[in-house]
Amino acid sequence: MFKSFLGGIHPNDGKRYSMDKAIETPPLPQQVVIPMSQHIGAPCTPTVKVGDHVKKGQLIGTSEAFMHADIHASISGDVVKIDMMPHSGRISCQAVIIKSDGLDEWADGLPMNRDWQTMEKQEILDAIKTAGIVGLGGATFPAHIKLAPQKPVDVLIINGAECEPYLTADYRLMLEESKRLVTGVQILQKVLGVKTCYIGIEDNKPKAVEMLQKAFQGIAGVEVAGLKTKYPQGAEKMLIKVITGREVPCGGLPMDVGAVVQNTGTTVAVADAVVRGIPIIDRITTVSGDAVKEPKNLKLRIGTTYREAIDFCGGFSDTPDKLLAGGPMMGMAQFTMDVPIMKGSSGILALTKKITEHGTESPCIRCGRCVEACPMGLIPSMLSILSERQDFVKAKEEYGLFNCVECGCCTYTCPAKRNIVQYIKHAKSVNQAIMAKERAKAAQNAKK
Amino acid sequence: MSLENNAQATVQQKQAKPQQAAGDIQFTVSASPHIRCDETISHIMWQVNLALAPAAIFAIFYFGVPALINMVVGMVSAVICEYVWERAMGKENTAFDGSACLTGLLMAMSMSPVLPAYMVAIGSFIAIVIAKQSMGGLGFNIFNPAHIGRAALMVSWPVAMTTWTSMQTAAVDAVTSATPLNILKMQGYDALVQTFGSQAEMYKAMLLGTRNGSLGETSTILLLLGGLYLIYRGYVGWHVPVCMIATVGVLTWAFGGAHGLFTGDPIFHMMAGGLIIGAFFMATDMVTIPITFKGQIIFAVGAGAITVLIRLVGGYPEGVCYSILLMNAVTPLIDRLVKPRILGSGGKK
Repeated sequence: MFKSFLGGIHPNDGKRYSMDKAIETPPLPQQVVIPMSQHIGAPCTPTVKVGDHVKKGQLIGTSEAFMHADIHASISGDVVKIDMMPHSGRISCQAVIIKSDGLDEWADGLPMNRDWQTMEKQEILDAIKTAGIVGLGGATFPAHIKLAPQKPVDVLIINGAECEPYLTADYRLMLEESKRLVTGVQILQKVLGVKTCYIGIEDNKPKAVEMLQKAFQGIAGVEVAGLKTKYPQGAEKMLIKVITGREVPCGGLPMDVGAVVQNTGTTVAVADAVVRGIPIIDRITTVSGDAVKEPKNLKLRIGTTYREAIDFCGGFSDTPDKLLAGGPMMGMAQFTMDVPIMKGSSGILALTKKITEHGTESPCIRCGRCVEACPMGLIPSMLSILSERQDFVKAKEEYGLFNCVECGCCTYTCPAKRNIVQYIKHAKSVNQAIMAKERAKAAQNAKK
Repeated sequence: MSLENNAQATVQQKQAKPQQAAGDIQFTVSASPHIRCDETISHIMWQVNLALAPAAIFAIFYFGVPALINMVVGMVSAVICEYVWERAMGKENTAFDGSACLTGLLMAMSMSPVLPAYMVAIGSFIAIVIAKQSMGGLGFNIFNPAHIGRAALMVSWPVAMTTWTSMQTAAVDAVTSATPLNILKMQGYDALVQTFGSQAEMYKAMLLGTRNGSLGETSTILLLLGGLYLIYRGYVGWHVPVCMIATVGVLTWAFGGAHGLFTGDPIFHMMAGGLIIGAFFMATDMVTIPITFKGQIIFAVGAGAITVLIRLVGGYPEGVCYSILLMNAVTPLIDRLVKPRILGSGGKK
């Protein structure tokens, strides 16, 4: 058994809504809205124009920036509009709108059938880059960059923890796509030149543990690790700490301690990209919550709107108070149902007031629950108080503001119902503005 | 392709027009997380009140109606003070969140049952208005309000505050109006044992609470029951009471004896005075103690050590109240110096 990390919480996981629902594929959408920014890094620029005919898997957006991931058409049809559209992470974003021709034709040469074992390392990396693969857990870090670490790496961790309440997409994927997962893991091992691989799964998913133990039998170096169920078990830094005992240094990356973490969904996408040459055109998304009539795990084309996804689940059974992109702990609240599914959309949740409502905020009573819950060893209460007092620099310098991973444990557990994460996000953005100003000043001085 | 033209389109940050159809649902938008635990401040405070109930009920049976009056006056006056003050100051009303009630109850329980009720009310006023509200209300007070109330009464009416119930002692059939710690201080350990008849009788009385003292502090076993409930429910960390009581035990064993080192009676000292109620209910007052685990241990050990210092060396027979207040004063310093280790900073790789 693996040791646990410090802190963490045990929220009601809400997974029962969709846990036993096999992945379903809704009918092809009439139209898709494909945002040009679905990853961390520079947004892509469309490579198509209005009126162009595109096919499934065809490149429609790219960027010259190093940090980006290419974007592809998810259906075949005509580009009808390129405009600012709602976006689940940044309110609005340039998007390519494709009207389906109903044929769902693959782009030329797709899908391929390659033998990954005969492919060179660089060839595999190129295939991953061409397919525009990003971390599908939600962080959307471009995979081709993560898989070419600048430091020696000796352990690969596949993140199947899925610690966010309600989400079951990764769980279903592990149960239903274990063969592709195995291929994906082997490809990742080859690309990274790493023998040791752990697949971290929380022990509230015993079926997945069992399934993968069977699937990985006889594959050298791979261990399926049953982990304690505790949020945020699936946070990169926690997972590395629990499995390897190593601590990612403050401000550092997993590769600084010789580890690379990839989500299970990403791993399957890597297998598809390398073996069949197909980019991310769809993903598995959990549509759940107590306001959804029939919660489901859906295989959705990128660009399908939340409205269509929820309609396929029978619509609402109750008036939702919040519509979330992602899980309830770190997901983003949406103001419209017209936001499209993106590569990082792990879940769509519609929650009623019964779940989202909490009392009004009151002053901190220093009970220390947030300190106990913080997996990073911070003092969230102080960070929130300093942010309230507008003492932002002190929060950064004395209380390790930027170590916060915004997992939300502190806010969840706070009896005073303080919006600690919100205070912290605010303090971070103010500090970033201050630092940007200082950098600009320094640059100006250097010019003189 | 027309990469450049389209790049310009990106630069022109046009606002998206969400097609909000008529009758569409209005969603609440706020920062994550979107779920919260059920715990509230009010619930915690009432739970602590509840944990004090066994010892409080025992006090009514043992000390009679005056104890009941003092506790009711303490609670009611504290709630009224908080209500009136917050109304007058135009603040959000928190009078019924259980914390004012708790302050009043704890203060009454840590004072003599024969204290005139009006003094209890004045103590409540000092505790709530001066020690708590003038600092900004719950969460901002530096000192434990109940103990500030008690300390203020102690300097204002020292005689009334140290007048205890007259009660028959078991052995010598004499009337005494002193607490066990008083007897120890004035007449020594042998006289103390004699008052109870035997050492075993003394321990039994200290455990059950059939002894003189502040009205709510006597029944060790019922206070333990309440304290253990709070620990079980996670409202109180086990480490604070354990460290404080253990510190008192070790130090009184080492230095509390009349015949040299390690001849003291730690069992008596651990159950005497207000240590049990102080360690479980006052030294665990989250507002006025350090926020980190390590800081709380420093606080508890410090409070225990000061208690022993006052009991053995100081002029007062009992020192729990002052020791906790003194440690309250250094709490901000402890919090500044003792912080948890941030994951990934220093230490092992």
